[in-house]
Amino acid sequence: MPDFALNPESPERKRASSASSEREIVPPARAADAAQVEPEAAAEDPSERRGRRLWKKKDMPGGLWLKCESCGQMIYRKELEEKGRVCPACDFHFTLPGRERVRMVLDEASFQERFAELTALDRLHFNDSVPYADKIQRSVQKVGQNEALICGTGTVEGRPVVLAVLDFSFMGGSMGEVVGEKIALACDLARKEGRPLVVFTSSGGARMHEGMLSLMQMAKTSAALASLNEAGGLSICVLTNPTTGGVTASFASVCDITLAEPGALIGFAGPRVIASTIKQELPPGFQRAEFLLEKGQIDRIVRRRDLRATLAALIDFGVGSRGAARG
Amino acid sequence: MADTKKRSEGSSPGMAFERPIQELEDKLSELEAISLRTNMDLASEVEALRRRLSETIETTYAGLSAWQRVCVARHDKRPTALDFIEKMLDEFVELHGDKVFGDDKAIVTGLARCGERRFLLVAHRKGRTTKERMAYNFGCAHPEGYRKALRKMRLAEKLGLPIVCLVNTPGAYPGIGAEERGQAAAIAENILQMFSIRVPIVVVVIGEGGSGGALGIGVGDRVYMMEHAYYSVISPEGCAAILWKDGEKTPDAAEALKLTAPDLLDLGIVDGVVPEPAGGAHRAPLVAMAQVRRQVLEALDELESIPPNRLIEERRVKFRRIGEIPGRFPVVS
Ligand SMILES: [Zn+2]
Repeated sequence: MPDFALNPESPERKRASSASSEREIVPPARAADAAQVEPEAAAEDPSERRGRRLWKKKDMPGGLWLKCESCGQMIYRKELEEKGRVCPACDFHFTLPGRERVRMVLDEASFQERFAELTALDRLHFNDSVPYADKIQRSVQKVGQNEALICGTGTVEGRPVVLAVLDFSFMGGSMGEVVGEKIALACDLARKEGRPLVVFTSSGGARMHEGMLSLMQMAKTSAALASLNEAGGLSICVLTNPTTGGVTASFASVCDITLAEPGALIGFAGPRVIASTIKQELPPGFQRAEFLLEKGQIDRIVRRRDLRATLAALIDFGVGSRGAARG
Repeated sequence: MADTKKRSEGSSPGMAFERPIQELEDKLSELEAISLRTNMDLASEVEALRRRLSETIETTYAGLSAWQRVCVARHDKRPTALDFIEKMLDEFVELHGDKVFGDDKAIVTGLARCGERRFLLVAHRKGRTTKERMAYNFGCAHPEGYRKALRKMRLAEKLGLPIVCLVNTPGAYPGIGAEERGQAAAIAENILQMFSIRVPIVVVVIGEGGSGGALGIGVGDRVYMMEHAYYSVISPEGCAAILWKDGEKTPDAAEALKLTAPDLLDLGIVDGVVPEPAGGAHRAPLVAMAQVRRQVLEALDELESIPPNRLIEERRVKFRRIGEIPGRFPVVS
């Protein structure tokens, strides 16, 4: 089973799901499990695990076809790419590589990247089987950028924004010092230049190779967001598949407006962690965007092809926000 | 009172390294009992044994591995929030509930007084007996626990009372109800709002600092750790399972994560380490708690005179600068 076991339900059927809201009672044996699973860091090294599974293992020979992780349909790769990586059969929105996201969201040639030079430091000299320093190097080479966050300025249908995009293909979009710092810098930039902040997330959570320095990025990003809020800056976060752990439990959940792409897996703990803690099967559609909408956790689900228009409309409603700023 | 034999068996997992200490402790109490029973003068023997015991404790605890510290932090005799409330406070009025969904017993909140000092106490509640632990969900809070904490912090802000948070949780609860009610959002909201609360906040990690579940009440003007507490982005077990793919490597993961109080002081993540009595807080809970009380009161005294705007600004800067290497990140103000 892959970590993010994607259920075979269509978005419509997913919506029908409704899990019990009873509090779970945990006998001592299970509490030990709960103690062992730290959702923030469930990220581990998804680039190595999930990513490969998603894009390589499921490929048919020749790599022309791949299997939709939501409905199981075989899709011609070229067709999927032409459709913006949205499944033609079930509308599942596949994870979009960071650069592709930037191209999709911003007006052509409007993007000016910032802080791209920041590179992860292996401050704990972390070493499991492969030294973390080597993992960073490999990711830098594979993805062609220094870290998991792409950040800069640009326009959405002519409206200036600060854009921050978490790239799942770089170590599972996990948040270490550099990702946290860049989110904070993006908040500062938005505040200084009076632009709305638009964030796209896809992340397994905190990057455990950086230990507590990564957990503290949850606080650092929130500190910067608090200052942006005080200045009356508008922030919009679009949660895409998958967003879990420390990213969900910090800046991604507390922007002014929270959007999500259809079918996106969004949660605090990963589904496998929850299933092993409560020793129960999870209800169908659990932690999907539709489920979160139903539970009142997000403002709106937006299809990829409507994203630019929706962002533009929301930004237009936000232009007055600075006028009402405190302080 | 649990019988001492049982305790010396080491009911808490991972404490096997204490065996030599326990053997000496057992011998000592035996010797004392004999002396009492027989009226023999064993004072010099008792004295010698005592010296050996304290030497053994000292050398054992001086050489604790990261994983052994985690086991000490989880020790079932380690003082919990309930002990602090009973023994460290002079007055406590518990205030329940988030006034929306329920009263999460994994987090206790209330108005507290230590001598002249009044404050709001927010603490993970673990429980001391199996029954208590189950009732408090082992200190694993649900969203309503974090929302209760935030609601009471807003009250403290209104009343001008400082806030003291005692962190001791394996992590926020990963369950169906928790996700439905927005576990991530509840924690995120707390972290964000704690950067705007206009009264001093002092945080002490007294046992387990389990990731986001800890940070959800862990933003403060001063953050301290007890000497044998741990604070980590992931449990060593979880890290070993995910990165090493081998549960046996848990001690290696604990080492690699740099989760001990001295390590985190070095990394600039905590402001100070509260010393524990020789052999850990479980050996002399009252002494340990008195140290925490002293540190908290001292910090509250320091913070008292800082005007609210500066307090918040410095709190934000403090967390922006964690782990800072001068010149490393561009400065945008
Ligand atoms: Zn599909």
